[in-house]
Amino acid sequence: MLAGRAGNRRLVTAACAVAQELGLTVGMPVSKAQAMVPDLQVMPHDPAADAASLERLALWVLQRVSPIVAVDPPDGLVIDSTGADHLHGGEEAMLETLIGRLVMSGVTARAAVADTWGAAHALARHVAAPMHVAAPGTAEALLSPLPLAALRLPPATLASLRTLGFVCIGDLLHQPRAPLTRRFGPDLCRRLDQALGHASEPIEPLRPPELVEVRRAFAEPIAAAETIARYIGKLVVQLCAALEERGLGARRLDLLCWRVDAHVQTVRVGLARPQRDPQRLTRLLCEKIETISPGYGIEILSLTAVMVEPLEARQMASSLLEAPAPDLSGLVDVLANRVGARGIYRMAPVASDVPERSVTRIAALSEPVGVGWPDHWPRPARLLPRPEPIETLALLPDHPPASITWRGIRRKVARADGPERVFGEWWKHDAEMIAVRDYFRIEDEAGERYWVFRAGDGEHAETGSHRWFLHGVFG
Amino acid sequence: MPVRPFNPALAALREQIAAMEGEGGPAREVLPFGVPDLDRRLPGGGLALGCLHEVAGGGNGAVDGAAASCFAAGIAARLPGQVLWCVTQADLFAPGLEQAGLGPDRVIYVEAGDDVSVLACMEEGLRHGGLGAVVADVARLSMTASRRLHLAAKGSGTTGIALRRWRRQQEAYDFGQPTAAMTRWRISVLPSAPLPVPGLGRARWLIELIRARAGESLDIELEACDGTGHLGHPAALADRPAQAVGA
Repeated sequence: MLAGRAGNRRLVTAACAVAQELGLTVGMPVSKAQAMVPDLQVMPHDPAADAASLERLALWVLQRVSPIVAVDPPDGLVIDSTGADHLHGGEEAMLETLIGRLVMSGVTARAAVADTWGAAHALARHVAAPMHVAAPGTAEALLSPLPLAALRLPPATLASLRTLGFVCIGDLLHQPRAPLTRRFGPDLCRRLDQALGHASEPIEPLRPPELVEVRRAFAEPIAAAETIARYIGKLVVQLCAALEERGLGARRLDLLCWRVDAHVQTVRVGLARPQRDPQRLTRLLCEKIETISPGYGIEILSLTAVMVEPLEARQMASSLLEAPAPDLSGLVDVLANRVGARGIYRMAPVASDVPERSVTRIAALSEPVGVGWPDHWPRPARLLPRPEPIETLALLPDHPPASITWRGIRRKVARADGPERVFGEWWKHDAEMIAVRDYFRIEDEAGERYWVFRAGDGEHAETGSHRWFLHGVFG
Repeated sequence: MPVRPFNPALAALREQIAAMEGEGGPAREVLPFGVPDLDRRLPGGGLALGCLHEVAGGGNGAVDGAAASCFAAGIAARLPGQVLWCVTQADLFAPGLEQAGLGPDRVIYVEAGDDVSVLACMEEGLRHGGLGAVVADVARLSMTASRRLHLAAKGSGTTGIALRRWRRQQEAYDFGQPTAAMTRWRISVLPSAPLPVPGLGRARWLIELIRARAGESLDIELEACDGTGHLGHPAALADRPAQAVGA
């Protein structure tokens, strides 16, 4: 439990789940809490440390999720995920990953996606369990039943509203605005409008001082692609100079374009290795210009190196005998920013006999693995994404099929080789304790070669369903 | 297979045409297949490097592209350097490619969403110049696109292989459309080499060179790539008497 000071009284400012089960609540005097739970552990509340750690968390989210992240004190983060969610596989997947990673690092989090900051703030605190994705345009319906505390109002306003009999946001929505404003000031109606999207609420992105950022404001808004490209070039040169001063190279760059109508367009590019080569960075950014919609014009361009790594000048071994291996990092960066970082990879062997588990994807520029797969059994050139069931005519227990029917075409098997028995990985999954697959290479009369298997050993029903599947095509 | 006698007038004409097409300059390097019957019919005695080539599978291979990918892997395996393989569906099985000679450390896969981005990635790879070969699984390849790829390959000296692969077998008629590729191959599977015991022998392919610029087309029956990417003579041919081999 944490205790803080409000005026002359010491109040409980935070309580863990165990304390809350014992009946302690946030806001009760510390003396009362200590009376209820005798051996209560009370730690002093440190708002500055909380704010600092929240900011650290925001920076972590900034580097990983979206270019626009801000702190929503005292306990929240606001993320503008426009244009960033698809990189994480959609809004729900993004929230799931985010919450999952926070839980793993010991932070309990709730998250919501909504049209506006206000609505997302309210939903995350009062609806999300632990996540909620609101469909666009449903803010009013969703917010109506929520308590007034969801509106980010000062406690005095909340208390007097409660005195007047307002309980939930829906009660306020249909009240005449003029008396409310006269009594509570413009804040109440502004918060309502912000939550419902009638008033805009720009998010001022977090920019900690250690981030390397360069920006340029324009007297006249710019919109043409060539102009944007020219200024990107100038910004990149400045940024690279700043990076060089600190001996850093950029791993991730964010270009933020503030439009005259207060919208922010973002471009994010990633690099496989730390870089500060202006030409290469300019090229990566300029390829994304077509994704920027300049609207009525852009008035501020800002370029930030969100993720940086030390990059020291290295001495290259000059070898006369063999040419140095060509540097592919430029190509990998260009392709990764075109198809997404997950779309470019190398394959590496995994020690597993189950074919689909014997390969894993590694980063395109990782060190060479050096080993391949055991080659005592031929392997197909194409492996179907998942084994497809086939109709077969086969003798049990260990004969190859005499004919197969795959995708509606019946093929007579002329030659076959096998079985190659693959046991389930009982040391990894209990379900595979006695599972068996018998693989056969078969060739039909035309010479088409396929890789088929039977689930089960052909004798014991518990080893598999004894159904046949086609898993790959040989070249 | 009769081989035409060397004709100086024809050679001079070919040179003139090559100059007109902008193919002049130093003689292009070639990659011999190591199969004399095949190499003799290819201009320059092998597969021209720094060019675009097209490979497709015959029959069901037009859809699964398995034999064609082994053939392309065999070529890429014998070229030095990394290989960029652009795909739309990730069904290549790396252990299978390794058995055609292309080890896992040498292939960088790029999974692009559609044909257009596959072609863009392929062009990017060809222009870079640091790669040994660029292979791409593509269905549609227009004259314009292939010309771009061919020019990119020529500019950097990287060999490009367009592995033509269609969603349905009926769409394979597209392979008749002209492209700017240097050669066009069709690889069809044949029944494997017979063995004295039950089992499967080494895979055999019918390799059709459908089109070769400044060369002649050819059908040849060969054994599939071995672990180093080399094609082989079927045993029945390899064991012929010595004088018959030279014929």
